[in-house]
Amino acid sequence: MKINSQKKINLLVDCVKMLMIVAIACALVSLIVFAVSDDPLNAIYNFFVGPFTTLRRVGNIVEAASPLMFTALAVVIIFGAGQFSMIAEGSFFIGTAGAMVVAITIGMPAGLHPIVAILFGGILGSIVALIPALLKMKWNVSELVVSLMLNYVVQFFVIYLVTYFFREMESSSLCSVLFQDTATLTTILEGTRIHTGVLLGVAACIVMWFLMYRTSFGTSLRITGDNALFAKYAGLKVSGIMVAAQAIAGFLAGIGGGAELLGMYTRFKWTATPGYGWTGIVVALLARRNPLMVPLSAAFIAYMNVGADIMARNSDVGREMVDIIQGVMMLLIAADALLQGWRQRMIIKAAKAEEEVSV
Amino acid sequence: MSVLQNILSTEFIYMWIRVATPILLAALGAMVCSKAGVVNLGLEGIMLISSLFGVLCSAVGGNLFWGFVGGVGSALVVSVIFAYFHLVLNANATLCGTAINTAATGLTIFVLQLATGEKGNSSSLHSFSFPNVEIPLIRDIPILGDILSGHNTLTYLALLMVLVCYLLMYKTPLGLRMRVVGENPHAASSVGQNVVKIRFIAIVLCGVLTGLGGMYLSMGYMDMFVRDMVAGRGFIALAACSMGQATPIGALVSSLVFAFFDGLSNVLQVLQLPSQFVQMLPYVATIVGLTIFSIQKSIRAKQKMNKIKAG
Amino acid sequence: MAEALQMKNIVKVYSNGVMANKDVTLCVNEGEIHALSGENGAGKSTLMKILFGEEQATSGEIYVNGKKVNITSPQMAIGLGIGMVHQHFMLVPSLSVTENMIMGVEPKKGIFIDRKYARQQVEEIGKKYNLYIDPDKKISELTVGQKQKVEILKALFRGAKILILDEPTAVLTPQETAELFEELKHLKESGYTIIFISHKLNEIKELCDRITIIRRGVTMGVHNVADVSEEDISRLMVGRDVVQKIVKDPAHPGESLLRVKDVKIVDETGTVYVDGVSFSLREGEILGIAGVEGNGQSQLIDAITGMGHISAGSISLRDKDISGASVRKIRSMHIAHIPEDRMTTGVAASLSITENVIADKLSWKRFVRGGVLRRKEMRAYGQEMVDAYQILCKSQDVEIGSLSGGNIQKGVVARELSSEPLVIVANQPTRGVDVGASEFIRHQLIRARDQRKGVLLITSDLNEVLGLADSLIVMYEGKIVAYIQDVASMTESELGTYMLGIQKQSAAQIKEALHED
Repeated sequence: MKINSQKKINLLVDCVKMLMIVAIACALVSLIVFAVSDDPLNAIYNFFVGPFTTLRRVGNIVEAASPLMFTALAVVIIFGAGQFSMIAEGSFFIGTAGAMVVAITIGMPAGLHPIVAILFGGILGSIVALIPALLKMKWNVSELVVSLMLNYVVQFFVIYLVTYFFREMESSSLCSVLFQDTATLTTILEGTRIHTGVLLGVAACIVMWFLMYRTSFGTSLRITGDNALFAKYAGLKVSGIMVAAQAIAGFLAGIGGGAELLGMYTRFKWTATPGYGWTGIVVALLARRNPLMVPLSAAFIAYMNVGADIMARNSDVGREMVDIIQGVMMLLIAADALLQGWRQRMIIKAAKAEEEVSV
Repeated sequence: MSVLQNILSTEFIYMWIRVATPILLAALGAMVCSKAGVVNLGLEGIMLISSLFGVLCSAVGGNLFWGFVGGVGSALVVSVIFAYFHLVLNANATLCGTAINTAATGLTIFVLQLATGEKGNSSSLHSFSFPNVEIPLIRDIPILGDILSGHNTLTYLALLMVLVCYLLMYKTPLGLRMRVVGENPHAASSVGQNVVKIRFIAIVLCGVLTGLGGMYLSMGYMDMFVRDMVAGRGFIALAACSMGQATPIGALVSSLVFAFFDGLSNVLQVLQLPSQFVQMLPYVATIVGLTIFSIQKSIRAKQKMNKIKAG
Repeated sequence: MAEALQMKNIVKVYSNGVMANKDVTLCVNEGEIHALSGENGAGKSTLMKILFGEEQATSGEIYVNGKKVNITSPQMAIGLGIGMVHQHFMLVPSLSVTENMIMGVEPKKGIFIDRKYARQQVEEIGKKYNLYIDPDKKISELTVGQKQKVEILKALFRGAKILILDEPTAVLTPQETAELFEELKHLKESGYTIIFISHKLNEIKELCDRITIIRRGVTMGVHNVADVSEEDISRLMVGRDVVQKIVKDPAHPGESLLRVKDVKIVDETGTVYVDGVSFSLREGEILGIAGVEGNGQSQLIDAITGMGHISAGSISLRDKDISGASVRKIRSMHIAHIPEDRMTTGVAASLSITENVIADKLSWKRFVRGGVLRRKEMRAYGQEMVDAYQILCKSQDVEIGSLSGGNIQKGVVARELSSEPLVIVANQPTRGVDVGASEFIRHQLIRARDQRKGVLLITSDLNEVLGLADSLIVMYEGKIVAYIQDVASMTESELGTYMLGIQKQSAAQIKEALHED
């Protein structure tokens, strides 16, 4: 009785907190728009309703959610193991580069080509993520600082690759030559750019959920993340699990990069890391670190991003407003003490009620 | 050969000090926080925000003074937010810092666009910069004069801050309390000290120092704001702080080490190396430096343990 | 003589429902050394935390120098002239003695700390109370005894008139203890009031004027130390108010399972925790390790179970060396471990009961095939454990952290006993567990013994060790001071004398613990 209600209270408080944060985010959007825009109603309409006005725009939401699912999953796994590596950004970007190399240089049948390209991206992502993980395990180097630095190293390395080996000379701006036709992912919905990578993302969420909640590795991972001392006591290979978690996370971010590149583009066009690794943190937190909630959470953040783009095109408010909102959301979600008093009061009340019943 | 010549030149050393300034200021901020037991990942965002608001306020206010107020003031506001969420609402410091960095990236571009209509830089604004200072007497010494004189006001201020931080941490009651809170918060609370309050002060002080570092970028090193101009210097400062064992002198030395590679990347452009590798250099140097430092630390710990076993 | 302090009818209920003080009254006269004594968990620390403002009493009154006070923070307690010397030193190792002393009350010269004056003050106060420590030394360079002096000086420096010392001798060598006693007597002569928390009876006899004894949160009376014998105190302290008869058949120990030989454990600061301990655990017996907490038991258990290191000597299971092996290796050799602190070591609180009971069995074919969990089997097993170990819960799927302490402990016991062990290391298996659950857990341990397993029982509950163990070793200051082959022949007071270091067996008697022919 008591246990059940406690669990329900936790769920209730968490859900109310998330709803509250979403509401605060929306309110903040309106507030900023009213403060800066000459035509605030138009901007707000574009932001909130704009993404639903055409099929193409709805498609944009789904497309934008795709890379976020992968990076958010990476964050879920890394944080789940109790580590603070920010490598999702770097792994994602090296993943795009890996996919690009395969997509341009190697000839392969249409069905196989993107698979190999994406897998190669995943492997590179994994290797990059292993660097901070292993340095931490071996010599206790801060995985946080190393991963942050590594993100820059990866960025310059990828730009170097594009500039020196794959550059399209015809173009004045920096971009790669076209991918082979066999390499790009197919579009699954006419009139949008929704590609098979989205399905891969949803599948990855399900697989990661399965991995975390239905396998012995996942159980070990969750035990380690919850209480590393207990994990050691139970005879688990704690540092091995932590390293494996980061390798898997890097792989996920890497295939996310590959899928994004081959699904949305026909040539490599980025000149800096696109920031999906950072946004992935917001998505992961909003999903309460549950892989099955990641698609929904990614869709919401994608909706805000698409809304911001539409608003920026049709009004005088810049799209960067949405980054401010996401930062604020992250702060609010991270604030453990928020609503904690309410949670505590309810639990005590439930405990007392149960005591009375049992007495 | 020409690279070596370049490095040994007075121009290089002069530039070295120039590029070290923002890292040093932020590393000193990180040092204050870290002494009080807080890892402030938000340095990056704080630098970015103060570099923009310094420029904007100087342009709007029409003089340097308002720029200074705007830069430091914005850094203060962000620091207070960080401190409130971390200390009062129990938010994880890493997430807090990341949140601030995310918001700062968007906020700076958003505000820049509002103010100038541009998203790239603030060149259209008439903003003010901190002046360079020729130091009499030193200026006239050959070689040394070229290296040490004629730097930006904030560079001298940064060097002065090393001393100020040293005095603050080791000579004042507040510094002592911060060091106690950082190393053993129970020791502080057992004699009636308010741990939250002391950490709050540390975070705010860190914000001021970091804000100065941010302002140097847009009002000294350059004379305008450019989007994402901090480019990881906040993170490098964190690394410099931990490599410097969270002491003011250590922060100075490791900032100079990392800045050396930053400066080197400028010099190496004369070689036919791909520019990306040159740009990578400071970040790679930070990873390598931190790793070597940690290896040494773990070897020392092992030796200590062995010594006891043997004894 | 005036009353310096009075704590009247103090009741403290923690927010998790634990009642640490049921009714405690403490009166301390000015200028006396007053002993506060009781078993672990009797409520001494809680009472002192209330006095020092670190916890608030649920009800009861506190008078300092006859005036009723309401102490809400350490700062207030310090203001009232109360100083506390914690058992775990509240010092900052990298700072100097002076810096540690003046923290929070720094003498100033302008905006800076007046170092010269501070140093001088520290030096003076040290000399005045015969507690001289070099003011410039770093804390990390000091011995434990010197650190304690700094702690005492810290309190005096802040104007304390009433000094609380929480088990101050627990960490000291006999020489340091003697020195400390001289200093305390000197302080007493200078008019200071001292509350001395200890369960070392010889020390109380030597040092203190009066004694207040607490048992299970209730005051057992105040006595003049001169009027009571060590045996009297021991009886009042331990008592056996509810005689829970533990029914069991006589043991038939077989061959040796676990052999611990000349084990020595030293940490990186050079502190010796275990000093040449040798014994052997045989199949079909419960071997108790008795001793006041902090005499090396925890470190010894950590070494046996792979959680901690061993500096010298060897540990073997059926002649296979397991010294320094990993937890995984040791568990695979069928050594189960019920840890001392279930919340920090024993469970992953946010995971389900089922997941917690199979945490050590993730390599079992029964639960995992090809890396994939067999959920049905797992849940059935969870249910089986819940039923067999009478874990009160809604279902086996709830978070284990949401259960009561007793039920969490049953979950831990269920996991460990179901891991097909040869040896069960049970460290404080019934601590903080209600009577019913305790009884249940004890029966499970007896059952395991009857199945020819070896049980190593570490407990500070005398009742439990005497009722449950077949043989017994007593540890004092990192060494075995007694080996009792047949516990039935042992009385409580006799055990008390070993535990408190009053008596010691001969080397030959102790050596029998090893069962070497």
